[in-house]
Amino acid sequence: MNKLWWKILGSVLVIYTAIAGLLLGVPHLAILNETIRNLYFHVPMWFAMLTLFSISVFYSIKNLLYGKEADDIRAVESVNVGIVFSILGLVTGAIWAKFTWGQFWSFDVKQNFTAVAILLYFAYLVLRNAIDEQQKRAKISAIYNIFAFPMMVVLIMVLPRLSDSLHPGNGGNPGFNSYDLDSRMRAVLYPAFIGWSIIGYWIYTIRFRIRTIENKQNL
Amino acid sequence: MQLLHQVKYLIKKEVLLEWRSKYALNGVLLYVVSTVFVCFLSFVSIVPVTWNALFWIIMLFASINAVSKGFLHESKGQQLYIYTIASPLALIISKTIYNVLLMMLLTLIALFFYMMVFDYVPQDLGLYIVATVLGSLSFSTIFTMISAIASKAGNGGMLMAILSFPVIIPVLIVLIKLTKNAIDGLDRSVSLDEIGLLLIINALVAAVTLLLFPYLWRD
Repeated sequence: MNKLWWKILGSVLVIYTAIAGLLLGVPHLAILNETIRNLYFHVPMWFAMLTLFSISVFYSIKNLLYGKEADDIRAVESVNVGIVFSILGLVTGAIWAKFTWGQFWSFDVKQNFTAVAILLYFAYLVLRNAIDEQQKRAKISAIYNIFAFPMMVVLIMVLPRLSDSLHPGNGGNPGFNSYDLDSRMRAVLYPAFIGWSIIGYWIYTIRFRIRTIENKQNL
Repeated sequence: MQLLHQVKYLIKKEVLLEWRSKYALNGVLLYVVSTVFVCFLSFVSIVPVTWNALFWIIMLFASINAVSKGFLHESKGQQLYIYTIASPLALIISKTIYNVLLMMLLTLIALFFYMMVFDYVPQDLGLYIVATVLGSLSFSTIFTMISAIASKAGNGGMLMAILSFPVIIPVLIVLIKLTKNAIDGLDRSVSLDEIGLLLIINALVAAVTLLLFPYLWRD
């Protein structure tokens, strides 16, 4: 039970946000209307992705300091799961964009820069495949991972703020800033952040265990 | 003090080696000049926005070639020798400073040649030159570290492109925006944001490089 509580918490939060997100009332804003509910499913993906990439950087630093193989596997598996969440974020955003902006891909700054940020992590995976020796791979990929993280933060948090985006809340579009985001929406959004992050962490621990067992078998 | 002395000595060594062969300088200059000619012959007349984008694309590939030479073309024995006589910090600082100087020289020559061939001068030439100096600074800091990573991974050219493009794209976008302001002759206070962001990115990259390079260098 001690080890189970956070898994139950995560599942309950995600189920709650799925049901409450579709059923509870939302403010009626121009253009957005009912698609505002996508906020509950789109934004938490980015939150979970950031959580997983942060975990990855943490273990990369640990790997550089102590050189344990387990830390390397932790770093790469959290990147793998983080990439899945970032792709989910792009897809949920694209589907929503189809109905509000008219196109799946509107060449919005946030869309473009997120795609570049995902390329950054694909480059990390390619770099890993390019090196055969396990210890060398662990060290060099850890260095690239730490190098890439601040760039990713610049790409998805800083640069989009410099130019107008079609995203709600940017460039005069109605948005969910403190003004519009009423307490009803907060009651669903914040649990969604926590819930999806926990689910992402859970998937990552399972992936980590599978990888460790595979590595033991291959020895 | 020891570090400063080593840095000075290593820069002198780089400049001396370069001066003996003049390979990077002449090679990259020829590369830039012929690319500019190819572009001129295929475009002939050109709108300022394209002129600007084309300049940065030419400089991107020229700087990848010029900077990556630093680590990729050094033999294992040479690296081992330098490892025994100098600290890794001195090495990366000297390489970065040398690359910055080389790139600034190259970029300025390329810019004047480019303006001459296309017979076009940006409205705010002073700001454009500031932007090219900042651009060569960012290109060299980022490419120096990435080329060190790529050379350690032992798989030169292709890895270099894959690893560096996602990292350089945000810088390139800010640069193109800044130079676009210079072409339109906007008031300089408008461009302060971009200049600040470029300086922040450079400081970030420099800090991460200084922290990580000692781990990379130690085999």
